[in-house]
Amino acid sequence: MLRQIEGSQAVAETVARCRPQVVCAYPISPQTHIVEGLSRLVKSGDLAGCEFINVESEFAAMSVAIGAVAAGARTYTATASQGLLFMAEALYNASGLGLPIVMTVANRAIGAPINIWNDHSDAMSQRDCGWVQLYAESNQDAVDLHVLAFRLAEELSVPVMVCMDGFVLTHAYERIDVPGQEQVDAYLPAFRPRQMLDPHEPLTIGAMVGPEAFTEVRYLAHQVQRRALDRIPELAGAFEAGFRRPAGGLVRPYRCADAETVVVALGSVLGTVKDTVDEMRDDGVRVGVLGLGTFRPFPAGALRQALGRVARVVVLERAFSVGTGGIVSADLDSALTGLPQRRYTVVAGLGGRPVTKASVRAVLDAATADDLEPLTFLDLDRSTVEAVR
Amino acid sequence: MSAVKFYQTGSLAVGNRLLPIEQRSVQATGDRTNAITCGHRACQGCGEALGARVVLDAAMRATGGKLIVVNATGCLEVFSTPYPESAWRVPWIHSLFGNAPAVASGVAAALRARGRTDIRVLGQGGDGGTVDIGFGALSGMFERDDDVLFVCYDNEAYMNTGVQRSGATPPAARTATTQAVGPEPGNVFGQGKSAPLIAMAHEIGYVATATVADVRDLERKVARAMELHGARYLHVLVPCPLGWGSATSETIRVARLAVQSGLFPLFEAERGEVVAVTPLRGAPVPVEEYLRIQKRYANLFSPAVRADVLARIQALAERNIARFGLCRAEES
Amino acid sequence: MFEVRIHGRGGQGVVTAAELLSVAAFAEGRYAQAFPSFGSERTGAPVVAYCRLSDGPIRLREPVLRPDALIIQDSTLLVQVDVFAGLAPGGAVLVNSRQDRRALHLEHLPPDRLVIVPASRLALTHVGRPVPNAALLGGFAAQTGLLALDSVIQAIRDRFRGGVAEGNVAAATEAYRLVRSRLEEQVDA
Repeated sequence: MLRQIEGSQAVAETVARCRPQVVCAYPISPQTHIVEGLSRLVKSGDLAGCEFINVESEFAAMSVAIGAVAAGARTYTATASQGLLFMAEALYNASGLGLPIVMTVANRAIGAPINIWNDHSDAMSQRDCGWVQLYAESNQDAVDLHVLAFRLAEELSVPVMVCMDGFVLTHAYERIDVPGQEQVDAYLPAFRPRQMLDPHEPLTIGAMVGPEAFTEVRYLAHQVQRRALDRIPELAGAFEAGFRRPAGGLVRPYRCADAETVVVALGSVLGTVKDTVDEMRDDGVRVGVLGLGTFRPFPAGALRQALGRVARVVVLERAFSVGTGGIVSADLDSALTGLPQRRYTVVAGLGGRPVTKASVRAVLDAATADDLEPLTFLDLDRSTVEAVR
Repeated sequence: MSAVKFYQTGSLAVGNRLLPIEQRSVQATGDRTNAITCGHRACQGCGEALGARVVLDAAMRATGGKLIVVNATGCLEVFSTPYPESAWRVPWIHSLFGNAPAVASGVAAALRARGRTDIRVLGQGGDGGTVDIGFGALSGMFERDDDVLFVCYDNEAYMNTGVQRSGATPPAARTATTQAVGPEPGNVFGQGKSAPLIAMAHEIGYVATATVADVRDLERKVARAMELHGARYLHVLVPCPLGWGSATSETIRVARLAVQSGLFPLFEAERGEVVAVTPLRGAPVPVEEYLRIQKRYANLFSPAVRADVLARIQALAERNIARFGLCRAEES
Repeated sequence: MFEVRIHGRGGQGVVTAAELLSVAAFAEGRYAQAFPSFGSERTGAPVVAYCRLSDGPIRLREPVLRPDALIIQDSTLLVQVDVFAGLAPGGAVLVNSRQDRRALHLEHLPPDRLVIVPASRLALTHVGRPVPNAALLGGFAAQTGLLALDSVIQAIRDRFRGGVAEGNVAAATEAYRLVRSRLEEQVDA
């Protein structure tokens, strides 16, 4: 149903439609409105058959989720930033054990310095932990990705993180088609665990694996993620068929077909970049933007195919690897190995600094003139940093 | 029938065989689950392996076999599940070091959501995983009154990683991180926490202490815990011959001496109040008798007897005796 | 696209104002995006919220840098914050105050651009609390003609219940009529 609603509320209602059986929650800005919404839905009886657990930390949140899903319940939680780091050990545990937990990450910077605003440092810091990472471009996208996430997670027995920009999406009111219960039920079948803790069929989960078998176990996890590269587009197609709008997918090109320069980006900044691309196209510049809907597994093949003949790629990052450079850029470089392109990394919007159309235009004007450093920090106040030296 | 003389061995082993079957311990029955079966890699004389077997077989009996077990990282988990083998004959999950109580809470939540509260949940771990790194999760589970029985097998140090000091290590004990050197050898006085008292402070429905020296008592407490719902806590003293430096054949005797000296009081509590105490049999045993047979306390006896330290430990025992009323005129 | 920026202080319902504006636009079948300038929540501190209105989907996610209209919920901000930054040429300004344009030092803004409404007083009268946001939205609808009063009323009833809802509706309606009549006076004048 079409609603003018806060992003977090829409996500809460959509997660509720996915019929989770256990929701565990520890508050951290800017995810709080999501779990508050779910708690209201459970307490009022709107979301029946669901246990809502107020836990004592994010580490507890993921731990409770692990126990719950291992015991056969569809399970959900949400976090951001420091909370994601606090549960880092448990993230690896969940993926290593193949537990299909779905979690929203309301992307937020990581301290120090403490900063509650949006960038991608949190999810990026956990890019190797074995969770699938999907990134929402808008609140409609965020809502749709959660439905897709449960289906993907349970099919492959892999945990999935749905990343949506903190505050920028979570706290924005916009027009969203919130899926109805029947629609979701048609797309998402009941949870049938691949294995679970059951007195009728006792099994041991979480044994100690030594050098003689560890490599094989980890290789199998790698294969599962690679299977997701095929499955995600298929599930996106099934979603579009059922809900009559596109959602998810690996990459989303916009005006890239004849582009000389393509911007690669993730998350809500794509909206601003698309507006910028339209303006530049009106001025005759052959520019396009490619959104990454899936960051893990990294869709190297799809990117190589989309960017193969492009002369120039500008990666707009919302996080960076300290002392080293871009994160998405590094993965992209590896995917585009051997291709003779000019590539630029632009680190933008750290700690919630708005990424404006004007700034994007300026940096793209520089890029198209090849008058740009390989690594740029967008809108860096040089006078401040130079004064410090 | 000729009169039979019972030979008192300090345990009820002989008497057990001659008891009617319904009075025998779970361990004495042929149809016990054998929840942790043979072939695991525990050390000879491991108190924790013994404790886990007694506890889980009793829990399986009490729950009619409807039990799920959550295990923290530690000796028990490591020696029981060397992939591709497992010693567990019950549904069992190893979580992480600091989250067994939380994972157990999650299992309980799932069972509630699925309408299967007939299946019960038991979380277990060592002292490190319970009082230190798992403390937050333990307190959270208690505070929410989640339907979990948590069992701590307390061998008073981080044994699996090489005998390092934990928040349960008693004063003067040698560990790898409280070495027997310097003016105050071994673990210092004035530190440490009592998990049972902390559990009581959460006012949960059942808290009890037990040791591997009294199988029946331990089994009874497990059964009692399983009669109840909500958060419950059982703290079991399990000597570790390797870490304590005691003889592998003496594990049960060492545990009994811990009790008989007053250093490890046996009691049960409900909602923050002590409701039952096991009094000492006769006069308390001097702590020295308990300490002398463990090399982790060798620094108290060699090169010279540290009468001052012994006196302080004796005072701790006497404090427990007074506090819990362990010396009574007549037994209850 | 029409962009609105709302200035106020924490506790005055600035964020709610932006949200209600977006809901009113939605009621008329338009697209709208409302979001706050995100700060730690602190009563009394300056707060900014934004609302974009459009006939088509809105993709832009930056703060409103070039507002077509400003709503100032607290006139003390006029001397504290640069509320007029980026205001589009001819942009509309709506100020909550009981003072006149001279006392507010806003004589440079002609009457067809600046409207002053005693919204806090209206709210106090009709709702019992000096939260001016609903009244100001009524004034905004009249000033800009962008939204029907009925849409504003629908948004208010969508968000609030009972006496609070009806009080806010009454405040919005009175503000609407006040601004309408004043604008009509100017036309006649």
